[in-house]
Parts: sequence; structure tokens; C-alpha cells
Amino acid sequence: MSLDLELAAAETVYRVLSEDGSALVAEPPDVRDDDVVAVMAEMVKARVANGRFFSLQRQGRAGTYAPIEGQEAVVAGAAAALDPAHDWVLPQYREPVALGRFGPEVLRTYALYQRGHPAGGHFPAPVRVFPVQISLAAQIPHALGLAWAMRLKGEPGVACVFFGDGASSEGDFYEAANFAGVLGAPVLFLCVNNGWAISTPLHSQTAATSFAAKAAAFGFPGVRVDGNDALAMISVVAAARERAVTGGGPTLIEAVTFRMGPHTTADDPKRYQAPEERAGWEGRDPILRLRRHLEGRGLWSAERQAEAEALAAAEIDAAWDRAEAMTVSPDAFFDHVYAEPTPRMVTQRAELRARLGLDPDPGTGTGTGTGA
Amino acid sequence: MTLVEAINHTLHQEMERDGKVLVFGQDVARNGGVFRATDGLLDRFGGRRVVDTPLAEGVIIGTAVGLAAEGFVPVPEIQFLGFAWQAFHQIAGQLARLRYRSDGRFGCPVTVRAPFGGGVRTPELHSEALEAQFVQCPGLKVVLPASAADAKGLLASAIRDPDPVMFLEPLKGYRLVKDDVPEGEHLVPLGKANAVRTGDDVTLIAWSAQVEVARKAAAVLAAEHGVSAGVLDLRTLVPLDIEAIVAAVEHTGRAVVVSEAPQSAGFAAEVVATICEEAFYSLEAPVARVGGYDVPYPVGMLEEHYVPDAARVVAAALRVCGEGA
Repeated sequence: MSLDLELAAAETVYRVLSEDGSALVAEPPDVRDDDVVAVMAEMVKARVANGRFFSLQRQGRAGTYAPIEGQEAVVAGAAAALDPAHDWVLPQYREPVALGRFGPEVLRTYALYQRGHPAGGHFPAPVRVFPVQISLAAQIPHALGLAWAMRLKGEPGVACVFFGDGASSEGDFYEAANFAGVLGAPVLFLCVNNGWAISTPLHSQTAATSFAAKAAAFGFPGVRVDGNDALAMISVVAAARERAVTGGGPTLIEAVTFRMGPHTTADDPKRYQAPEERAGWEGRDPILRLRRHLEGRGLWSAERQAEAEALAAAEIDAAWDRAEAMTVSPDAFFDHVYAEPTPRMVTQRAELRARLGLDPDPGTGTGTGTGA
Repeated sequence: MTLVEAINHTLHQEMERDGKVLVFGQDVARNGGVFRATDGLLDRFGGRRVVDTPLAEGVIIGTAVGLAAEGFVPVPEIQFLGFAWQAFHQIAGQLARLRYRSDGRFGCPVTVRAPFGGGVRTPELHSEALEAQFVQCPGLKVVLPASAADAKGLLASAIRDPDPVMFLEPLKGYRLVKDDVPEGEHLVPLGKANAVRTGDDVTLIAWSAQVEVARKAAAVLAAEHGVSAGVLDLRTLVPLDIEAIVAAVEHTGRAVVVSEAPQSAGFAAEVVATICEEAFYSLEAPVARVGGYDVPYPVGMLEEHYVPDAARVVAAALRVCGEGA
């Protein structure tokens, strides 16, 4: 690995591609062309999924959606540098549409989540992706726990946890990062700095010069990377992963990007964000940037783009059709509260089933439809 | 006006009345709150009194404690009640106890506002009903308005109260609940229940959004079953209007307690125990509870079967009246 994280730990933003994608400004990551093309396809898929989930919410068919637009390279690039067989990913909530490297089940499960189906609550085994997290930063200590466990078991993986600039203000972040430094655990703290926490801009979130700078207090490296540069994301995450699995300990990675959409489908940025700010990021689109680079190398084209978009639409439609077709027993919320239900829950469930005109005995197989 | 408009109007009036009132939390200033409860406060009162905080619930409540000790009157917002757990050490261990642990030197006239309950298919942790957890923190008052007029009268009382108040607003009712709100000074005392409907056969006891469910049930009971049901809105769980509960149950001899939280050790159990202690010999039948089930608040596809509805309340009322299942 050419990138030295200790040296990169400065205030500069690490970048491999120039902002318009026309030139290399640093050594590209040591990955095969096919893998970079796969990252490109994944970003295209995420962008298509983004539009689809947005319109499904507007039609009243899907629940509140948190758009990924503009942040595709952060997730798809990081995932490309991880090992789906050994590493854990802990998303916040924007990431699942770009985590296809961890299996097609991720998007399919996320469609169920957006549908409000209980089976959307977990990515099925053996997918090493934790459930999406609504309580901001709560997943960061979990990542440390997973990493600690892998080290105790002598397994070679890392835990890569995504969280936002807003979540970095929570105690859970400081507590987990501090402890991770003490343990030297294989955790990648991936702070997605997209500029805004709903209506709260960076300067109201922290007075620090950068989020990466906070790593100094934890005793491990912090690095700023251009989150709209997929190649830079691959390089930095690969270097941090290499460091972690060889016993070097955690890294704090600040991916500098921008939330091009609203916080969620329930939000209206016009209330608090100057339109020029978003406009200033339009020329830095992560997909156009990688596309220009790949086209320059003969690895992408207008045809490839159209093909990728069509494949993405087909995959998302299939995932959504499956989600909409999947039924659920109305008493399924009694499943998986405990390994065995309490006596009172058994009574409550029978009362609900009787009320709904169902056989009072739930029997078996009436659960959430998981695994279907 | 709607319930959320009543909250907004009252915040304006209280900030106008008392220059020590401060509003802060996530997205409350520039964005006016995700439900617009604090809309316009920044423009009117400025950035020294209306503050967007970093995203950290613990520090929102913790700083309220310190501000209150210096004589300010903080009205912090927790954006969704499930995120109050990230501040629970400050709420339960600090806010509730500062008066007690400082032997009365410091009070905490803090009003923590948060949306309460579900019914609108939100993401996880946005629909919690945690009232019993706050009741278990002696030192806190726990207030849950059900109407827009009460939202005004109770919020003004909460802000002026010398002790910390958890002011829990019905999320589903922010825009659905609409009634006449007095324009001028309007105070509803903490600790006084409201008999929103009188009845002779059974008393339905509820708070927050479940008051409306109980009212609907009472209408069905009268129209379709010839049962005269009274509805008692508790309004505040701490302090609890024991006198009103006892008087209502002594009158009807039967009661159904309706709540949204998981049933086991929910606040409905406290109401039932109070009735058993204070009005046992007036009872004609065991008291019934209608509530959430003992499960985490469910996902969107399932929540309609979880939150109590009028049909469940009617069935329970008929049961305690000895009229069928």
C-alpha cells in the first residue's frame, strides 16, 4: 500500500482524481480494473435506487427515506476496500443502497425496511452488515465490540462503522473511539462529513478544524479524504484496513462530501440552506468524476452507463416488487422480542389473534417471513 | 388552532413574558423544529435565546441543569422521544435530582419538550411512549396534553413551574388535534385531571392521544350499546389527580385504563393500583387495561394492530360492564 496514513494525517484532503475526473493527482489504488468498474456500477445503482425510494415515499408506498445522493463514492468506495467475508460494516441509515459488495441481499432487505416490513430489520446471515441505526452514533460502540471479538477469536477482519458529522457530537462516538485507542482494536471510524445534520451546519456542530483532527486525542491517525473521489476512498480505507488487521489499531477517516438532497423525505433544505451551497457541489459529482476517469481509460462509455442504469432499475424493481408482495402476519411484532416469549406475551398474542379472527394458536411459521 | 400551533404560540408568549426562558435543541432555531413547534422563535428572540445545538441529547439536558442553576428557564427539545434514552443519565440521574442532592439550594425549572407516541408510521425510535420511565424518576413532573387548549395551558404552567417537567406532546395529534385556544393568559394547573365526558356506567381513563380514542369509544358505547361512559383525561401523571380518579370510579364503579405503552409496569398499572387502594369498595368489576403489547414499538406495516383503537376500548368496557366479550 502506497498511502502512509501517519503522513496523510494532516489537514489536507486526500485525493486521487482531480475534481473533474480528468487527471490523476496521486497514485491510484492497487485494485483490478474490474473492481473499479464494479464500484462505478454500484454508484450508478445507488443513484437509481435513491430516485426510486424517493418517489415510492412520495406515492405513499414506502416509508421515510434518507437519500444517499452525492455520497455514493463514500460507501461504494469504502466497501470495495473491505473484505465481505471477514469484515463487518455498520451503517447509519443512508448506506445500504450502495453496499452491494456485501451481497444482493442488502438491497433486497433494505427494500423491506423501506416498506415497513419487520424482515427489513436485519440483513440475513451470513451478510456481515449490521442493521441500520436510527439512534445516531449508537452503532459506534457496537463496532468496537465486534472488532474486539474478532481479535479475541483471532479472526482477520475489521469493523468499519459509518456515522455522520452530526453523530460525531454524541458521547457514544467519543467513548468508543477512546476505548478503541486503548484496545488498539481493528475499527475503521468512517465519519461521513456531508456538511449538514438536518439543518445544522458544520460550524454549529464543531469548532474543530476537521473531524479527522479529533483522532489525535484518541491516539490514532485521522485522515481526511475526498468522499466524492471513489479511488481516494478505496486507497484510504484499504490502507486503514491493512493497518488494522496487522495490529496497528484504529483509524478515523473523515470523508468530505455533501448531502445533495434533503435530510430525509420529511425535510425541506430550502428553509435553512443557501441554494448556492448545493450548486457549488454539483460540479463535484462523484459519479461523473469516476465516469470521466474510466471513459478516459476505455473502461466505461455511454452504452455502459445506459446498461448499468437499466440493470440497476431492474434490480431495484425486483427488490421492491418482492417487498410489496411479501405479506406479514399482523401479530408478527411478537416474534423475536425474546428467544422464548413470556407467558404474558403468549396471552397478549392470543388475545390479538382472536380479535383479528385468527386461530388463537400462532403455531409456527407465522413470523416475519425472514429468509423467504 | 392545531396542537402544534398552540405549542408555538405558547412558546412565543412565555419567551415574551420572561426574558430568562431559553429554547434549544436540534434544528429548533433555523429550521423551526422538525414539526415547526419552534418556528419563528429565532427571528423574534434572536440567537442568544434560541439555539441550535450539536447533535447530542445528553449535553442538551445536562446544560439545561447548569443554566437552570444560574437562574435561567430552559425549554430544551428532544427531537423524538426514543432519543431521550441518549440523555437518560442526565434526565434521571441529574435533572430530576438537583433540588434533592443540593438540599434545596438549586431548583431545575426546566421543561423538556418531546413528541410522544406513534400512529404515523415513523422510522424506529420515533414513536416511543416512555411516560412510566419518567414517572419512575422522582423529582420530575410528567405532563401530557391531549388538546390544543391544554397544550397551551399546561405548557405555560410547566415553564413557570419551579421543578423539571417532561412535557410530552402527542406526535400524531400535532396537526390532527384542533380546538379553540384562548388567546391571552391561559394556565391549566399541573395535577388536575379533566373530565372530558361524564358518564354513569364506566369510566375510561386516558392521557395524550388515547384521550381521543377513549372519546370515540364512549360515543360508540352510547350509540350502539346503551352504555354511558365517562372519559377522564389525566393530563399530568406526576402530580397525579388521585381525587378525580377516585371520584369518577366511585360514581361508575367500573373503569378501563387506556394507554399506548407496553402493558407490563406501564402507568396504567399505577392507575389500577391506585383505584384498588383508594376506591376498592366502589368497584363492581375488575378494572381493565387496554394498551400496547409487551413488545418494542413495531414497524410501519404492523403498528395499526399495536396502538389501542376505539374497538378495543369498547370491547374492554363491555367486558367490565358484564356485557359480552
